Amino acid sequence: MRVCVVGCGAVGSLFAAHLAGVAEVWAYDLQRDHVEAINDGGLRVSGVSDLVANVRATADPAEIPPCEYGIVATKSMHTEDAIAATARVFDDGAVCSVQNGVGNEELIAPHVARVIRGTTFPAGHLVEPGHVEQDTGGETWIGPFEPKPAAMEEVERLAGALSEGGMETIAMPDSRGAQWTKLIFNAASNPVGALTGLPHGWACERTDIRALVRGLVAEGRTVADALGVELDSDPDELIDHATRVAHDHKASMLQDVEARRPTEVDFLNGGISRFGREHGVETPLNDALWALVKGLEHSWTRQERR
Amino acid sequence: MTGPGPTIERVCVVGAGTIGSLYAGHLARVADVTVLTRRPAQAAALNESGLQVSGKSDLRARVTASHEPDGIDDVDLAIVACKAVDLPSTAERLEGRFRRAAVMTVQNGLGAEEVVRLHGEWPLISAVTFMSGTRRSDTHVEYELDTATWMGPYMGGGPPYETVQELEGLLIAGGLEAEAMPDLRPAQWSKLIFNSAVNGVAALTDLPHVQAFAEEEEFADLGHLLRGLIDEGKAVAAAAGIELHDDPWEMNVRAVTRGETQRSNYAHIPSMLADVRAHRPTEVDYISGALAREGERLGVPAPLNTAIYRLVKAREASWR
Repeated sequence: MRVCVVGCGAVGSLFAAHLAGVAEVWAYDLQRDHVEAINDGGLRVSGVSDLVANVRATADPAEIPPCEYGIVATKSMHTEDAIAATARVFDDGAVCSVQNGVGNEELIAPHVARVIRGTTFPAGHLVEPGHVEQDTGGETWIGPFEPKPAAMEEVERLAGALSEGGMETIAMPDSRGAQWTKLIFNAASNPVGALTGLPHGWACERTDIRALVRGLVAEGRTVADALGVELDSDPDELIDHATRVAHDHKASMLQDVEARRPTEVDFLNGGISRFGREHGVETPLNDALWALVKGLEHSWTRQERR
Repeated sequence: MTGPGPTIERVCVVGAGTIGSLYAGHLARVADVTVLTRRPAQAAALNESGLQVSGKSDLRARVTASHEPDGIDDVDLAIVACKAVDLPSTAERLEGRFRRAAVMTVQNGLGAEEVVRLHGEWPLISAVTFMSGTRRSDTHVEYELDTATWMGPYMGGGPPYETVQELEGLLIAGGLEAEAMPDLRPAQWSKLIFNSAVNGVAALTDLPHVQAFAEEEEFADLGHLLRGLIDEGKAVAAAAGIELHDDPWEMNVRAVTRGETQRSNYAHIPSMLADVRAHRPTEVDYISGALAREGERLGVPAPLNTAIYRLVKAREASWR
């Protein structure tokens, strides 16, 4: 099996390193020092896992041979560019998104033969070029992307390889429930962290913020219902669970905001809002937080002249 | 002339921040002005070098200042110009003083008169002010937006309307814009709704009041959110029986047009954004919070203003 991981940041590296035990793995990434370090000394994962993997990394798509599978792990705002650059590699491949939010598969589909919808929970962070620390374990759920599906056997084969490599992955005919559960969780917790500056538990212990988060979750749930998506667990319970186990964790969107990086809000609250509109469901709170985070991003581009 | 002669000759401005200094500096041209400060150092500086106003006006005023209410003689009018968050402690300092004075509140939002009333039976004048400026030092303020102060007798016990009209004349004679109204609530609510939308969004996005606040092209443009916040506020006002003086959306559009085009280097920093940047407590309880509470009391949901209120309160908690 030959696989190309598109976007080899923290999450992409977890996939690449684990898969390298059972497949030939290529990594496409634009961060040159990271690419060089991987090629020089292998891709190292520490923390929850501990391994050094043989991965071929490159910033030049022309170097990558045709692959049976792609795993897209870029930040959502880079999906379009990354898949357009690497499309040739997947002329007869199945490409799986393991990204945050909704809407990535729709961006991938026009460029490749077949698409797999995925959701992953393991997370980590880049320690230095070539070295990723895995912070959390957890499962990955994948299933055919309905409008341009990979065959179920193809999905199962990828799940098998990932599980064998050490990333426990479950193949399912309909993986939307897992994706929307995580989406709703993230869209309720991330912008609240980003706008208030509070870590997850600090924010959600406040009854006022918890009520706002519950309102955001309720809107997401209504959109999922309208789409016929059955959630695989209760996002409100996940919120309360995270308050207990990840009390001081800063949401990734808060980390982005503190570093003044573009956020994934278009694919989180923006995704709920967009799918809601397409199905006649109003999502005023998600619309509001989407606009506020976009406004905050806009403030960084503005030079204040006084 | 059969009416009474001038009754407002001595004015005490309570709180010498930006707004208080603008009143004190201009009124000193036409009345005897004292200033009650919080800090002794500011009172000393004002007594020593007077008060300078630059920008839209250019003046130096002689004022008598004290940081203690005991140091202030009786007056005909007190203008309470502190921030809303400082109002409870400031009003307490006035208890038992200025027995013959009318007291004017100029705080943002709703509820200032009720706080002052807890400490005395003065005839109250409700006011909202649209002027703004920047404090340069304890004795120097820059006057930036020379827009009006609107005033009216407080509905829960105010002076005769003629007193408010006299004050209007006095402010104008001093060089400020002012307008007396028999019932201020339509104006007060217009500004409340405007402020709830503009200040809340500015505080959370770190954006000054710029053109983006009125843009409605893309779905995620801030103009939609501003409109949603304003529509909620209008529904609450309607349920409260208040006919707005000015459409808050039009106020928003006018303000960003003035800010961005007439002076291309100027964008107003709403006070709540300034507070957030300085990690100070904001006035959100009196603004978005007041609107959310009124909505709840009147059975008109205000979920967007409530969301803004909650986010700003949590934001304040992040730096404590």
